[in-house]
Amino acid sequence: MATATKLDRHAITNLNRLVAKRSIRRSTLIGWCFLLPSFIGFVIFRFLPIICSFLLGFTEWNLVSGFSGIRFAGIDNFIELFHNDTFLTSLLNTLQYAVIVVPFTVALALIFAVIINDKIHCRSLVRLMIYMPYISSMVAVAMVWTSLYSPNYGPINSVLKSIGIENVPGWITSSNSALPALMIIGVWQAVGYYMVLFIAGLQCIPASLYEAAEIDGANAIQCFFKITIPMVSPTTFFVLINCIIGSFNVFTLVKTMTTGGPGDSTMVTVYYVYEQAVEYNKIGYACSASIILFLFVFIITFIQLKFSDRWVHEG
Amino acid sequence: MRTKAHMGLKGKKVVKLLLTILMLLVGLTMILPFVWMLSASFKPESDIFTFPIQWIPKDPILSNYTNVWSGILPFYQYYGNTVYVTILSTIGGVITSLLSGYAFARINFKGKNIIFLLYLATLMFPNTMLLVPRLVIYRFLGIYNTFWALILPNSISTFGTFLLKQYFSSLPSELFEAGKIDGCNEFRLFWRIAVPLVSAGIAAFTVFTFVFCWNDYENPLMFITDRHLYTIPLGVMEFKGLKTSSIGYIMAGSVLSLIPIFILFISAQKYFVKGIATTGIKD
Repeated sequence: MATATKLDRHAITNLNRLVAKRSIRRSTLIGWCFLLPSFIGFVIFRFLPIICSFLLGFTEWNLVSGFSGIRFAGIDNFIELFHNDTFLTSLLNTLQYAVIVVPFTVALALIFAVIINDKIHCRSLVRLMIYMPYISSMVAVAMVWTSLYSPNYGPINSVLKSIGIENVPGWITSSNSALPALMIIGVWQAVGYYMVLFIAGLQCIPASLYEAAEIDGANAIQCFFKITIPMVSPTTFFVLINCIIGSFNVFTLVKTMTTGGPGDSTMVTVYYVYEQAVEYNKIGYACSASIILFLFVFIITFIQLKFSDRWVHEG
Repeated sequence: MRTKAHMGLKGKKVVKLLLTILMLLVGLTMILPFVWMLSASFKPESDIFTFPIQWIPKDPILSNYTNVWSGILPFYQYYGNTVYVTILSTIGGVITSLLSGYAFARINFKGKNIIFLLYLATLMFPNTMLLVPRLVIYRFLGIYNTFWALILPNSISTFGTFLLKQYFSSLPSELFEAGKIDGCNEFRLFWRIAVPLVSAGIAAFTVFTFVFCWNDYENPLMFITDRHLYTIPLGVMEFKGLKTSSIGYIMAGSVLSLIPIFILFISAQKYFVKGIATTGIKD
């Protein structure tokens, strides 16, 4: 009797295993069927280009010469890049752009978000107005700003002159002011997006914290620095990473407004990559440059992740 | 004590009003370039840069629009191309992201975690880095300089996969167990139960993809060379290159390119709120 039950049990567990195995195999098949359309596209349009980018970076290749023209170049491209003044300037300009645009964008986005979240009137209207530049076509935006910046009769300089400023900047026509001119557009365009992210983050802070602080007699400024900033830090972290990556990839503004000039004053690395690949057909060289840019972004992101536990509040 | 509290309340109201005025001013400053664009698009070339700025054109003209739409350059064709590419990309993106998001959220299968990590890892690489190798791959595939070079890559979205996975994961598993007991197969569970419940996520993703494809400049710039395949952003740049460069034309073209996005966004904003509210009620 006892052995029989044991046998039965044994048979049942075996059967269960078989059924489980079968159902796993079945769900694997179904799972892959669901995933396949996305996965094929992912491999062709994301994964493969990334691999190609790294491989091509170590070759010398002119697209016109066809696939047979690929020549292994080792680290020659990288050595050449670091001796190229235009490339080095482009790195410096990219860095400069990020160093100015990121803090301004993040700070303004946070301040706007705090004020809007504080239940002002016409919230959704204000939010929409600030968000508008972000959803607009970069090309359209660049075109309107080109006219606004027009040095002789553009509205910005006309206003500056009318309030008594004689030495008006040449904006995108002068090498001193071209990069700052693009920075202004960069901040203007991105601030709305990050503001919306901050508003979402702020809504997760429990109101009881502010009520308690109010009872303790804290004023608005104290609340902002002691409650809002620490509590919203996970959002700040996310915003910061995205904003840095975004400003390392400024391209459309440069391409449509200045094409890197005047001189090399607005030459940024992404534009340099584009120029090398499209105008000079130097595919391998262009890929090497984009690898270096990627490494920059990667290192900065890595450092941020590493130090995040020092200031990011764990929800 | 009571009056003091009352004063505090009154003070708060004043502060609220002041902040509202401040933010309205900020908002107005933000949209000033658009207002200028709109106003310039109705002006003859000679009036565009007059100062003080004429915000409302003295005698508005429509000729900028008529000339842009079907004048020197076939803007209507660029428009049609953009509509075509955007709609197909958005449909493709929604379908593949729904399927993959569901797979990641609701089905247990071998290799799932590795693939998911792979998806995550590629998010680190900015799109601009992929442009050059894509150029090579598209030539190899023979889709260079065709609409497919714009539609196919936009039809898969790692972002959409993550977004919809989040939505699918938040659905209660009892729903699916009940469905299974009733004899639904996986596809029916997906189509009949899961998809209708994530409509808020689909709406959000649709708006996102639509706006991205509509405004996309980098991809058409890299992969489209035939004039008759141009999308709006390339078309607007064409006007800049015209010998008789006309700012009025460029502004009219820009306004035309922005209208659908603004309409979509303003109407979808309401939909968002509604979507969030409805998903909030169901638990």
